[in-house]
Amino acid sequence: MSFKRLIPFLVLVLGALYLASPFFKKSKSDFDLDAFGKIPVVANGRTKPLDSVARNTLLLLQGRQRVTTPEGAKLTPNEWLLDVFFRPELADTYRHFEVVHPGVLDVLGLTPEDGDGKKRFAYTQLVGKLEEIDRQAELAAGVEAPVRTSYQRAVLNLRSHVILYQQLKHSAVVPDGSDFLADLLRLNDNVGPAIEAVRARASGKETDADLAAFTMSLGSKFMRMEQVGILLMIPPPAGAPADAPWIKTGQSLLATFENGSVNVHALTFAGLQQTRKSRQAEQFNTLLSKHRAESENVYPAVLKKTDAEARFNQAEPFYTSMTLYVVAFLLAAFSWLKWPEPLQRSAYYLILLAFVATTAGILTRMWLEGRPPVTNLYSSALFVGWGCVGLCLILEKIYKNGIGSVAAGLTGFCTLLIAHHLSLSGDTLEMMRAVLDSNFWLATHVIIITIGYSATYLAGFLAIIYVFRGVFTRSLDKATADTLNRMVYGIICFATLFSLVGTILGGIWADQSWGRFWGWDPKENGALIIVIWNAIILHARWGGLARTRGIMALAIFGNIVTSWSWFGTNMLGVGLHSYGFMDAAFVALTVFVATQLALIALTYIPREKWRSAAALK
Amino acid sequence: MSDLRQSFITFFTSLRVTVVLLALSIILIFVATLDQVNLGIWAVQEKYFRTFFVLWDIKGFPVPVFPGGYFIGGLLLVNLVASHVYRFKFAWKKSGIQLTHAGLIVLLVGELLTGLWQEEYQLRLDEGQSRNYSESYLFNELAVIDATDADWDQVVAIPEKQLKTGRDPIQHERLPFRIATRAYYPNAAVQLREELGNQSAPAPATRDIGARLAIIPMPMTYKQNERNLPAAVIELLGPNNVSLGTWVVSTMLVQPQTFDYAGRTFRIAMRFERTYKPYSVTLLDFTHDRYLGTEIPKNFASKVRLHSEDGTTDREVLIYMNNPLRYDGLTFYQAGFDNNDRTTILQVVRNPSWLLPYIACILMGLGLTVQFGIHLFAFVSKRRASA
Repeated sequence: MSFKRLIPFLVLVLGALYLASPFFKKSKSDFDLDAFGKIPVVANGRTKPLDSVARNTLLLLQGRQRVTTPEGAKLTPNEWLLDVFFRPELADTYRHFEVVHPGVLDVLGLTPEDGDGKKRFAYTQLVGKLEEIDRQAELAAGVEAPVRTSYQRAVLNLRSHVILYQQLKHSAVVPDGSDFLADLLRLNDNVGPAIEAVRARASGKETDADLAAFTMSLGSKFMRMEQVGILLMIPPPAGAPADAPWIKTGQSLLATFENGSVNVHALTFAGLQQTRKSRQAEQFNTLLSKHRAESENVYPAVLKKTDAEARFNQAEPFYTSMTLYVVAFLLAAFSWLKWPEPLQRSAYYLILLAFVATTAGILTRMWLEGRPPVTNLYSSALFVGWGCVGLCLILEKIYKNGIGSVAAGLTGFCTLLIAHHLSLSGDTLEMMRAVLDSNFWLATHVIIITIGYSATYLAGFLAIIYVFRGVFTRSLDKATADTLNRMVYGIICFATLFSLVGTILGGIWADQSWGRFWGWDPKENGALIIVIWNAIILHARWGGLARTRGIMALAIFGNIVTSWSWFGTNMLGVGLHSYGFMDAAFVALTVFVATQLALIALTYIPREKWRSAAALK
Repeated sequence: MSDLRQSFITFFTSLRVTVVLLALSIILIFVATLDQVNLGIWAVQEKYFRTFFVLWDIKGFPVPVFPGGYFIGGLLLVNLVASHVYRFKFAWKKSGIQLTHAGLIVLLVGELLTGLWQEEYQLRLDEGQSRNYSESYLFNELAVIDATDADWDQVVAIPEKQLKTGRDPIQHERLPFRIATRAYYPNAAVQLREELGNQSAPAPATRDIGARLAIIPMPMTYKQNERNLPAAVIELLGPNNVSLGTWVVSTMLVQPQTFDYAGRTFRIAMRFERTYKPYSVTLLDFTHDRYLGTEIPKNFASKVRLHSEDGTTDREVLIYMNNPLRYDGLTFYQAGFDNNDRTTILQVVRNPSWLLPYIACILMGLGLTVQFGIHLFAFVSKRRASA
């Protein structure tokens, strides 16, 4: 067996190892951070592991999951959350608030140079200006959302981030640096006398003044936790009905005065704080495993899901797939210059691996949510990419010429990149709003229309490959050109079918839900425009109005049409005239449209100027 | 003659015309979508789609600048039908295409009929409240109610557009007076002048609360969640044009104004246009669930009792998202809520042509599947043969 024939298998093995690599990452800490990350809580209306809370919050606050301490140590999201909960005096010095708007920096009296990476700041840097942030945000909140300036949005964002941070700090224990465990244990041993002491003091009788003062002060701390805390960290007690709610730690602690004893979960959190602070890793881990064992007796079904979610977070299938797509793209593109057979096969294997990983990722998300795959903009990006890559795999299987792999690498990477940016706005497994709460229509209309998006994009990207190879390389011969032409045509037929059926099904959903088939709402119009655009391409081809180059140009324009429907219409919802122009997404869309127009212009460079001119004759 | 006919046929059956019309429709839809930010969804439909030409105001004159929805849709329909009539040759190879286009014809016709026939209303109910009418959320009316008889009211409802000034006084056979509009405001706030602190300003009307009010004209709104609240100053004229006085009427004044004339008692009010039904709907309970610890709505539901006058229907119904009530050719949808979750807002729609899109969907989906299936089959067998 020659070396060349071995290459694809080597690539396959390396790719598989890379995909599995996140599972083999060993934590350097003596503290069992994974077990901490697996503690289930309720946030944003759903049960999730603390690991998800940590990651989502960091993405929201600073657009990335990594945190560096002032001493230069790198923290994982779980280590960060551990410090936010239990050592807030340290967490306050971590620079995890991203502030880039110059106006907001002026208000804070900071310059980019004061920040980590010229944009990330610590709570201690903001704390002196909290009142001013609040005042500015109040002013901005008075303006209707669609007409807010970028400054107003930035200051409102910053305030909500600071609030979220404070809410997290108050979720597990009292963040005032006191010995909370000792306080709770003292209360637990004296609940009856403590209540008596407070009552007696209120009615002016003689009492244990120290105990009364202690109880009053602790009670007000509980109250503050109840008011400020955000995570519902205390599960319903064993034997409670299935729909009994989770509650905040503060709420549960307040209930101590009625129940006569401190909730065991609340005690565990205080114990975790104690052991973390005194660096007793062994005791910390023992507490966690005890907590875990008890939880498994009471709500095993919840743990099954939250554990899976924590593992899913750790595996990062979408992140690793992104890398695989890039490598596959490079391999397949290079195959047109040299070593076509082994490189194309390698690329095909890598795409297959990434496809399996993203499929697994999407299936996990579906299982966690109990929903069809597309429920919000983020998941639509995942699914559009998945659909594109799926179609590409079929094309590559049929034609075996690397084109499918290049297109798969390109579309797979781009859609995952888009998804990553969409994930910065918070939890991507958010709860469905009532309006959309219909699994039947989510599973039919939404899926079909999203596949329609995939196919329209794919046709556009195939056309881009045609133009690029034709204009910039000598690799586009007559046979390849014909093949690409047939591919684009076939994919556009497919796109027409799916976007049309999807659009009409959307109309029927609307008729079922709101009594009108068609309401000319921006999203509906966007879908309709895609259908019409695909119909134009087909009719232009059938009527002989456009030949290969014309069809390619039209297909590239299809990318613009689809992007408009997918994202442009969403930006409209918040008002285009005075708002969107500063928006990063709007800029990205504009740049994308410009590049597509440039590509269309390339298409119309006279054929004899193309580098492939000779090969095409 | 036949030459001319032939060239007409060639023109209307040409694919080039199809492509041009499709391209024009994309531009129309795109511009209309952008304009929604300024005009709102209703005005956009009138301006761009339910019209033959899109008119732009140039120095006060409406100038047609672009073909409208009826124009493009109509020509597409002609193009489609003509192509079918003159090019129709049955062949299995084309059967999918023909099915698809037949479906498209049904869809276009259905949309036209919807535009012509569809009616939409709102039904606002507080918990425990019963209503036997729904209200328009676009149109208003001036109701003059003869309440002389304690047992029943006789209502004369005058559409808002007849109140616009400059017309002759309105006369109705059931009313002993005529109604003249002295001032009309398509959108205005009314407020007590003592609250505004300029009591010296002249009163807009002489009778009832109008003598104490000020009318503050407001710009028209096109936002989807706001409506225009018109106000008017009307004068009632008896025989020989003897004035009974002037009244301020406004949709902001919820309570009707009462007066006596010619031995009868009348109430007048400007209100949202009503459509009475032979049955009543009572809101028993409105529920609004949120996800635990958040403000994200999980479900809205209205439990209502439906009771018809003829006594054939008397039942409880649960209306919630994606689960409307269909009754009497009408569909009742959960549209919103108000008043700390104690008021439900139902949308009531009559659309007699609702079935056509379903038929169109089946025809087109089937047609495209058949057609592309034929292509795919041919492609696969060709590759098999060459392999």
